This record gives sequence, structure tokens and C-alpha cells, in this order.
Amino acid sequence: MTTPAQTERQPVRPRTSAGEPVIEAARLTKVFGPSHESAPSRRLLASRWGSRSGSRQVVAIDDVSFSVASGELFVIMGLSGSGKSTLLRMLNRLVEPTSGELRMDGRNVAALTDSELRDLRNRKVNMVFQHFALFPHRTVLENAAYGLHVRRVPAAQRLERANWALRTVGLADRADAFPGELSGGMRQRVGLARALATDAEILLMDEPFSALDPLIRREMQDLLLRLQHELRRTIVFVTHDLNEAMRLGDRIMVMRAGRVVQTGTAAEILSAPADDYVADFVSDVDRSRVLTAGAVVREPLVLANEADHPRDVLRLLGNIEAVGAYVVDGDGRLLGVARHDLLARATESDSSLRECLCDEYERATSDTPLSELFSLVDKGIVPLAVIDGNGKLLGVLPRAAMLAALTDPRKVVHA
Amino acid sequence: MPRIDIGVWVANAVNWLTAHLGAFFDFVTWVMVHLINGVLFVLTAPHPFVVTGVFTVIAFLARRWGFAVFTLIAFLLVQGMGLWTDAMQSLAVVVVASMIAVLIGVPVGIWAARSRIASVAVRPVLDFMQTLPVFVYLIPAVFFFGIGTVPGVVATTVFAVPPAVRLTELGIRQVDAEVVEAARAFGAKPRQLLREVQIPLALPSIMAGVNQMIMLALSMVVIAGMVGAGGLGAVVVKGISTLDVGTGFQGGLATVFLAIFLDRATSAFARPRRRRGGRPRAATAASIEAAPDTAELSTTG
Repeated sequence: MTTPAQTERQPVRPRTSAGEPVIEAARLTKVFGPSHESAPSRRLLASRWGSRSGSRQVVAIDDVSFSVASGELFVIMGLSGSGKSTLLRMLNRLVEPTSGELRMDGRNVAALTDSELRDLRNRKVNMVFQHFALFPHRTVLENAAYGLHVRRVPAAQRLERANWALRTVGLADRADAFPGELSGGMRQRVGLARALATDAEILLMDEPFSALDPLIRREMQDLLLRLQHELRRTIVFVTHDLNEAMRLGDRIMVMRAGRVVQTGTAAEILSAPADDYVADFVSDVDRSRVLTAGAVVREPLVLANEADHPRDVLRLLGNIEAVGAYVVDGDGRLLGVARHDLLARATESDSSLRECLCDEYERATSDTPLSELFSLVDKGIVPLAVIDGNGKLLGVLPRAAMLAALTDPRKVVHA
Repeated sequence: MPRIDIGVWVANAVNWLTAHLGAFFDFVTWVMVHLINGVLFVLTAPHPFVVTGVFTVIAFLARRWGFAVFTLIAFLLVQGMGLWTDAMQSLAVVVVASMIAVLIGVPVGIWAARSRIASVAVRPVLDFMQTLPVFVYLIPAVFFFGIGTVPGVVATTVFAVPPAVRLTELGIRQVDAEVVEAARAFGAKPRQLLREVQIPLALPSIMAGVNQMIMLALSMVVIAGMVGAGGLGAVVVKGISTLDVGTGFQGGLATVFLAIFLDRATSAFARPRRRRGGRPRAATAASIEAAPDTAELSTTG
């Protein structure tokens, strides 16, 4: 009982929380090159002649706008040279924007004086680095306390806070070690602790896990997701690894050659890539880990209400040559499956639909990734049921729908 | 090709400087003489055995037993050769010249590391100082400061500044850019960045520069002896001019002892201290420990 052509549903990502925008970037541009011209004229020059050979100016970031909501994990993704790290550094002005506007909590960051900028970096926006960037001559504890040290917090308070941060990342027992004595994963935990200890609301993460080996990377991703669940910071996370982006990001911004190609949730980018570049990029992604049951759910062909008469249900089943139908109550909650032989018996004895129910079916919640459903999808006599948190039936997941979702959309077109 | 007589201009400039800035040079001479005499007093006032003992202790702290034994024997030998006062005079010149060279070289090195323009401007000056034959500026130095120890110290300083500048600049430039960025990203002030991150991390390189500087300074001691700076240089010069091979060799040997002592002692402090990098065993232990710790996290996470 499958239907081949059903409209693709808009995927639902329950993790996304729609908070106030904390970071608002509008038309940010960065031009590297000779700095003798004023910024606006440079931008004009660069946009007109930037690509012409002989020009020594390079447009690293070209007219990028985005906003990040409070508590969001926003991923900037692109290959090396796409300008993603430059863009990240423009958010705390480690790289000065050539033009454009950047606001944090409504404050114009470009207009800050040097000391205000230092204060912003210290209290509001912290950073985690690709190669950890720990201070090798300070202990792990002193590293974690660095932001507070710069802020001139009294020693006792500073160390207490740094100890808390180290406990949070699972490194409390290594507080007196030097960074050189730690493994890569542990060093990045220190980097994370350093950024957590200051209570900065915004975390900029510049490919923080790309220098780690795959197993440790996965652990660090889990750690970050757990911390994010507990602490709800606003995170801007740069990566070149699409699987990482899809795994972590509430939203993902794909960049290429300094421009934004597409912004959206993982499922949006996967199911509707903006252009060939993104499509190429996502072709390597393990779609079964990104797409959830809720994203590919289909309407059941036959859906019975508990008040329906078994005879009517049996007739509908006969029309499509199926052996069972899902039965829901008045609120749409899933009660079970009505099997055709039980329905036939009930029709003879004229009993209610409730008496024909059996539990020969599998079900999954809408946020379950497809990768966990492979073993379930063909088990029952009816397709897998997809329910929400309250047990309401959202639809079914037939095998064909699952296979279609796992196929690269471009290849379907060519077939 | 018209004749361009740079030599005349330089000679005129030197004459003008001698005529008009005499008071300034006198002041510099006065400061230097007192500095050298101060250091020399510290080195020669106690009995030679006491000073030798102190050097031996320094050697022990720097490199343990072998070097301490060498130091003890070397300085006893210097006393035995009757060159103790001369050796201490040379040491005083080296110490004062090195101090001045550090005071000039390290700040200039920091400046060059932080500004591209400064770096480009400083480099040819350093080349000039390092490669110009010594006598070319030793003679004008005599004009300015008169015969004696001071022109020797000045020439030694000129010769010793370049490695201090170069290795300081190199050291600060070699500090991991991401670490510098990290300090800035947490709101460190430029001065704080320099004091707490750049200089500590550049210290091994800066100390290597100081070591090189001291060695160069010592190699100038003999030449300084020719303009009346005294010390071992004077012994060597006297030996050579009277064709007294023995005296010349003794002076040379004492210079070598001094050089080895200063080199080993200062290079010991140039090595990165602390525990980073130097203990591979500790590092592997740490990574083994990491395994259960992180495994536990992934199950709870």
C-alpha cells in the first residue's frame, strides 16, 4: 500500500528555538589588499574589478547577511578558502570588516572603541580555535581562567569558576597539567572550558574539532550537544565537514568563494539544495542520519477511525489489496492495526472495530533518524507508523518512501 | 663616472660630531667607566677562590656535575696562569656590553616584530653592524671616547646588538598566531598580550639571542684589547707584538675558558623550561588516561 507520488513535506526540526536575534550581520564585506584607498571606494573597486587579473585586491567576504537567534547553534559551512573563518573573525573584529553592518544585541559592533571592543570580547563573545590555541606556559586551570584573569576577577573566584568549567567538560582531574601533556581531544576540552568560564553568551567556534581524529571528534560533538542542551549559549560554528554541520547545526549557512549559497536546516539543504554546488556537496552526506522519520512521512492510504464500521474498513482494504489499516481515536491518537481477517470475522459477528485491533506493527517518533529505522521499516503487516510525542499518528513510512528519501534528488531526475 | 667621495663626508661628519657633541661623549664615557668599574669591583674584590666557587655553583645549577667540574678546573687554571685580573676585566667588559646590547636589542627586536616597517628599516642597519669590518668603527670610537676600555665596550656592543634584535624578532614572530589571536579574542590589551603571551613564548629564542650576543661580545674582547681596553685582549696583543707565543696562547686559552663557561651557562637557560614537549613519556600517559575518561562521557552524552 504505497503511493509513489506524494508531495514532499516540509521537515520539522524540533531542536530549533526561535529566540531573539543576537547577532545580525548585514552586507558584511571584507576586501584584502593594498589599504591606501578608503574602505567604501575599495569595496566599489573590488566589486567592479576584483576578479580582473592584475588586481591585487581579493574579496574574501562578499555581501554576506545573516542573523543568529539566541540559543541557536548556527553553522557556517564551506571548503577552505570560502571565507568562513574570515567571516567568523569579523564577528569579534579580529578581522575588521571593510564594509557592512554588524549588530550584537542591537549594538553596532563596528562603532565600538578599542576598550569597548575588548570588553565585548571578554564578556560577551568568546572563541574556540582550530588548533586549540592554548597558552603552553600556563596550566590547564590557568588557561581555563584566562578570560577572567584579563577581566581582573579576584583569584579565588576566578579559580572556582575555572574549576567549574573544567568539571563541565570532564577535565577536573587534569587542572594542574600543562597543555603539552594532554591529548588533542583533552586540549580542545580546555579550549572549550576557557570559553565557558567567562559566561560569555556567544561562542565562536573555528573548526574546533577538525584537528581531532574521527572517534574523538564524535565524542566532542556529543559533548558540545550536551553542553548546548544544558547551557543554551548562542554558538556560531565553522566547519568544512558537512556531516558535522548536519549533526550539530540548528541552521546551516553554506558559503562558497565569500558568498552565501544557501541557508537552512540540515533537512532543507539536503532535500532542496540551492544549486549544483550544494547538491555536489551534500551528495556525500549520510542522508539516513540527517533525515528524520518526520521529514519523509506519508499519508496512510487507508486510515480508520475507531467509530468506523469494520465492513467499510474491509472494503477499503480490499480496494487497495492491503492486509491491515491503522486505527486512530477521535483525537488522532494511534490505537492499533485492524487486520483484514479480524475485520472479516468482525463483519460477520457485527462487533466493533476496537475488537479487530492487533499490535503487529512498528512505530517511531517523528524525530528518529532514518538510520535507526532500517530494521523496523518492513517488519509489521503495515508500513511503519510515525507518531508525535503524544502518540498522535502523523503518517506512515513505507519502504519505498524511505528509499526515495535516501536517494540523491539529482539522480532521481536523471533516472 | 664622477668621483663620489663618501669617505670625505663620513670623515667630516665624524669631525663635526667630535667637535660639537664632545660633552655627550664625555658623559657616555663617564657612565661606562663607572659601570665597568662597578662590575669589575664585584668580580675582583672577593678572593679569586670565592668567585671561582660562585661560578662553579652557577655551572652546577645550569648543567650539573660535568660542567661544574670543568668550571672549577678552568678558573683555577686561569689563576695559575696569573691571568685572573685580566680575565675578570674581560668578563666585566662582556657583561656591560651585553647588558647594553640587551637593553637596546630586545626592545628593537620587539618593535621590529610588531611593525613591518620597523622590521624592513632595521634589517640593513643590522647587516651594516655585523659585516662592517670592526676597525672601521673602532677607530672613530677612539676619536669619540678616547683610548681605553670605553671604545672597546662600544665596539663590542655594536657587534653584539644584531643577534639580540634578530632572535627577539624571530622569537616573537614565531609565537603561534592562533595563540596570539586567542589572547586578543579574550580581550587582552596589546601590552598584556606582549607581557603575558608573546615574550614568555619567545623567551627561548630571546635567550638564544642573548647567548649568541655574549659569544660575539667575547670574540670582540681581543680586538678591544688593541684600543687599550685591557683584559685578556691586551695579554694576547702583547704576546703577539713581542712574538711571545706562550703568553699569547695563555691569553687565548683563558678567553676560550671564559667563552665555554658563558656559552654553556647561558644556553642552559635558553632551553625551554617547564614540562611542555620535553616529556614524551608523560604525554603518552596522558593520552592513555584520556580513553576511559572520554568513553564515559560519550555514554552519558
